Amino acid sequence: MTFTFILLGVVICLFIIVPLIKMIAASDPGILLDTLLDPQVISAIWLSLYAAVIATIVGFFLGVPLAYLLARTEFPGKKLLEGLIDVPIVIPHTAAGIALLFVFGRNFWAGKAFHFIGIEFVDSTAGIVIAMLFVSVPFLIDSAKEGFKKVDVRLEKVSRTLGASPWQSFLRISLPLTWRSILSGSIMMWARGISEFGAVVILAYHPMIASTLVFERFETYGLVYSRPVAVILIIICLIIFIGLRAIVHRGEKT
Amino acid sequence: MIQIKNLYVDLKDFQLQDVNLAVKEGEYFIILGPTGAGKTVLLESIAGLYPIKSGEIRLRGKEVTQLEPEKRGVSIVYQDHVLFPHLSVKDNITFGLKLHKQTKQETKAALDWIVELMGISHLLNRKPDTLSGGEQQKVALARALGIRPEVLLLDEPLSALDPETREGVQKELRHLHNQLKVTTIHVTHDFEEAIALGDHIAVLGEGRIKQVGTPEQIFRQPNSEFIARFAMARNIFSGEVTGKDNGSAIFHTKGTELTVVTDLRGKLHASVRPEDILISNELLHSSARNCFGGTITHIADRGSTLYLTVNLPPDFICLVTSRSFREMELAEGKKVYITFKATAIHIF
Repeated sequence: MTFTFILLGVVICLFIIVPLIKMIAASDPGILLDTLLDPQVISAIWLSLYAAVIATIVGFFLGVPLAYLLARTEFPGKKLLEGLIDVPIVIPHTAAGIALLFVFGRNFWAGKAFHFIGIEFVDSTAGIVIAMLFVSVPFLIDSAKEGFKKVDVRLEKVSRTLGASPWQSFLRISLPLTWRSILSGSIMMWARGISEFGAVVILAYHPMIASTLVFERFETYGLVYSRPVAVILIIICLIIFIGLRAIVHRGEKT
Repeated sequence: MIQIKNLYVDLKDFQLQDVNLAVKEGEYFIILGPTGAGKTVLLESIAGLYPIKSGEIRLRGKEVTQLEPEKRGVSIVYQDHVLFPHLSVKDNITFGLKLHKQTKQETKAALDWIVELMGISHLLNRKPDTLSGGEQQKVALARALGIRPEVLLLDEPLSALDPETREGVQKELRHLHNQLKVTTIHVTHDFEEAIALGDHIAVLGEGRIKQVGTPEQIFRQPNSEFIARFAMARNIFSGEVTGKDNGSAIFHTKGTELTVVTDLRGKLHASVRPEDILISNELLHSSARNCFGGTITHIADRGSTLYLTVNLPPDFICLVTSRSFREMELAEGKKVYITFKATAIHIF
């Protein structure tokens, strides 16, 4: 049995790794360098990274409190709510984009309200951010929730008896003890945000993020010109992703 | 100091009901009950950590039933210590001190005081997970006592410790309490621990207070099956231990002196299990240090075994098999000898 499992495992690993390596290895270094100096590519990649960071920060402030509530309290409909939070992961992202467009477009009160304070979502960075937020925030909420569950509730109780308010107990005990789960959830959320295409393209084709640019170059110029952009995006993401995960894991050992 | 009136706490599976307790200032109060009796919940209710359905809790006459835990001045130490794992021992202890809005000097002084008292100055820079169980316990106590609480709540403080450490910590708790005089409520399922430490004992069972009294009252006149079983199974006596020149010790209780093996001295308790007592019709000459003549005053038949009450005085409860009972022709009023080793006696 072990042998069969190893064999099957190898097949799926190769399936993941080979296309990535093939794409990187097959790239002409000259074209790669040219692409890297292309201002449109640089700005698209920068926008991807930046918009995903903003989405993650928003997700942190809105998602972590909810994660705490879900980990600590029982209320009717909790299971349903937990299911709903994970819905963005399972629905097609183009559909998610259309749903967001309905709410944040100018024909609905939410879109109107934001328009009133000067924020537009259609073809804007803000649109990219909410598209990324929508599809990636479940990763952060779930991870933070699991983290909070692992913190012994009696630590908070002791902290209260020692004179800490609920806020102080949360900020000085529960949050520091959950930072690893929250950080790794944030990394997942950020990475998922960068990789988003479907929802973003419906709300904001322009300004162009990296995944949109890959798609446009592929549509307009074909495989040869879209590949270098994709390669650079993958390399940058891998470097940052591996770096951040290393930070999280280093903390684990000590 | 602490008055609890008609407390009702809903625990989903069962309820704490009609809990009425009065704990005096400076008292060492024990709540004794089996696992699952709601002891921890009762402690957490006193600390304000558990929502209370109805009833009333007063501290120093002030009603605190719905007061937030941080405003009560009630510290709690859990069985498994629950130290903040991400903070050093020092930061664990100063966590509460700093919250009490003290100046740096005051915090430092309070830290030095409690660290000195608990003898843990060598642990200050360690992380909790590098400490032994006994060390963690001391740190947890230091953290709880550092803020000079009005009430100290101890949730099974000795149960997580190995037997050798336990005896030391028990002594330490006594000693600390004598020094600080902080009103203490200590929860336990261990009968001997309760008797050794408690000024008063409340017996909790099935969510209700079954009996409140001094240790003596609890084991002399138990009014619940739970306590009666314990008292029966133990033969508990209160008395005083004195040393002898040859290294052995004597336990003096009403009417009798028992030879015991212990380093403890002073007013203590002794227990001996009924199954460790040998019954004979003649005086035995053996290595066992304790041999006394007495009269059988009561016989309780339990089928294959019988519990005999032998009055020396005091009363000793002894276990015999029904076969021995028949063969030795034992009966109420008959004079017999009881024999047990000095090591069969537990001093606590």
